[in-house]
Amino acid sequence: MKSIREQVAAWARTASPWIIHFNSGSCNGCDIETVAALTPRFDVERFGIVQHGTPRHADVLIVTGAISKQQKDRLVRIYNQMAAPKFVVALGACACGGGVLQGCYGVLGGADKIIPVDLYVPGCPPRPEALIDGIVKLLSGIKGVENA
Amino acid sequence: MPKVIVPLGPQHPALKEPGNFTLMLEGEEIVDAALRLGYNHRGIEKAAESRNFIQAMYLIERVCGICSHAHATCYVTNVENICGLELPRRAQAIRVITGELERIHSHLLWLGVAAHEIGFDTLFMYSWRDREYIMDALETLSGNRVHYSINTIGGVRRDIGKEQIEDILKKLDLVESRTNYYIKLATQEPTLHARTMGVGKLPKEEALKRDACGPLLRASGVARDVRKDDPYLLYGELDFKVITSDACDVFGRVYVRVFEILESVKILRQVLNNMPQGPVSVKMPPKVPAGESVTRYEAPRGEDIHYVKTDGGVNPSRVKLRAPTLANFESVAYMLKGDQLADAPLIIAAIDPCFSCTDRMAVVDKLSGQSQIETFKDLRLKSIEHYKRKGIDFSKL
Ligand code: SF4
Repeated sequence: MKSIREQVAAWARTASPWIIHFNSGSCNGCDIETVAALTPRFDVERFGIVQHGTPRHADVLIVTGAISKQQKDRLVRIYNQMAAPKFVVALGACACGGGVLQGCYGVLGGADKIIPVDLYVPGCPPRPEALIDGIVKLLSGIKGVENA
Repeated sequence: MPKVIVPLGPQHPALKEPGNFTLMLEGEEIVDAALRLGYNHRGIEKAAESRNFIQAMYLIERVCGICSHAHATCYVTNVENICGLELPRRAQAIRVITGELERIHSHLLWLGVAAHEIGFDTLFMYSWRDREYIMDALETLSGNRVHYSINTIGGVRRDIGKEQIEDILKKLDLVESRTNYYIKLATQEPTLHARTMGVGKLPKEEALKRDACGPLLRASGVARDVRKDDPYLLYGELDFKVITSDACDVFGRVYVRVFEILESVKILRQVLNNMPQGPVSVKMPPKVPAGESVTRYEAPRGEDIHYVKTDGGVNPSRVKLRAPTLANFESVAYMLKGDQLADAPLIIAAIDPCFSCTDRMAVVDKLSGQSQIETFKDLRLKSIEHYKRKGIDFSKL
């Protein structure tokens, strides 16, 4: 059983997670599907999710694409700027483990090589539904609901 | 007035590849702009040399998530040329269908992004909602929403059925009526005119001098389109117009793109109503002979050029590609000069936008040495505020 304080904190965190989206060397496929998830057909705002521009205000970092050498330091910087508690979603095959770009000389591999990742959404690109499913699972995880 | 240097990027929602623009400002006016690229460099061309021909096709397709069919088609056409394969007409038709659906979805996507940049979020939501019809059509056609992978060397992977054709035709009617609404909006909405007319001027001579391509060039009054000038697939037999505009500004680019959607609908109707019969692919020879080939393709953003060289082995020995955005960057630097900082997001978005990333920029005041980090969002809000003061406001719409 969680204390009242923990319960209130979990409720506050899950009611409106703000996401920041970072392209770390993606082909744009995943990025477009992220934006599509924000538009009327899929509408993630139903879950209180809003995309936000600054890492300092965001709770969830969505990383798309294999990490390119140029973007590595910037990813770390953005991650460090986020205030705790923070969560990282690796969106797409590339961010999960390099995907089709594995072995390219400019690519370091999946996002988990650089920063800790909480949730993997596979697919090339994952459908917006998959992203929504992933985020809802993440939220349920934060709430402490088992097997949501 | 002190000059201020503003780095824009590398993370920038209006850029396909994260790029970095350094803007020099005098007050609100941009007096100089420089460009740095390469943040998204992954080494795909080199990696293609270590994949076999089929694997390389899937890799090349993933150069870009918006024009994936353009890149894949360009590459396979090269390989087919080297093998001397004759593509069946039905396969050509299916490639045209995918290519034109891709153009519609890309232009609708662009319209939404441009609308977002000027603060017209209602239009952004509208156009992205309508884009979903096209995404559905692409999904029924190929099985995937973004990387269709419909191509294979020697043809296409999937045939198209009667129900699919009817389904796509129905969706086209919907999209066409919506596009007519956008045309009405673009031609009659005074607030939209105020934000786009006279912004990001690119005269015809400058566009030609800087080798611009695609809708950007056509909006500067040059009727250049690979589908007309050097027809590939079935385009030589199809009836369509090359849309141009003499406006030479962002408004012209809106105009060209919305009318191109209608032309694409026209092309699609022609192809879907007269599907050639026959097989959808021919067999690829077990060995690709030595040779080289260059192909041009009119991608939604302009002319895409690919070069493939083979040496008779199992892998291509060289793959080189030039995406249209690269050709257009040169013009962006020109267009930014003399414009307002508030218009910078729109001008950059006007050549080739992609919602890829969230952006930060640092404003460094050279004289005081002060540095201030601004997000792209702040810049966008600033630009919306700037125009509100001038009496142009979308929030009331
Ligand atoms: S997973 Fe696929 S769609 Fe996503 S960035 Fe990688 S190649 Fe592009």
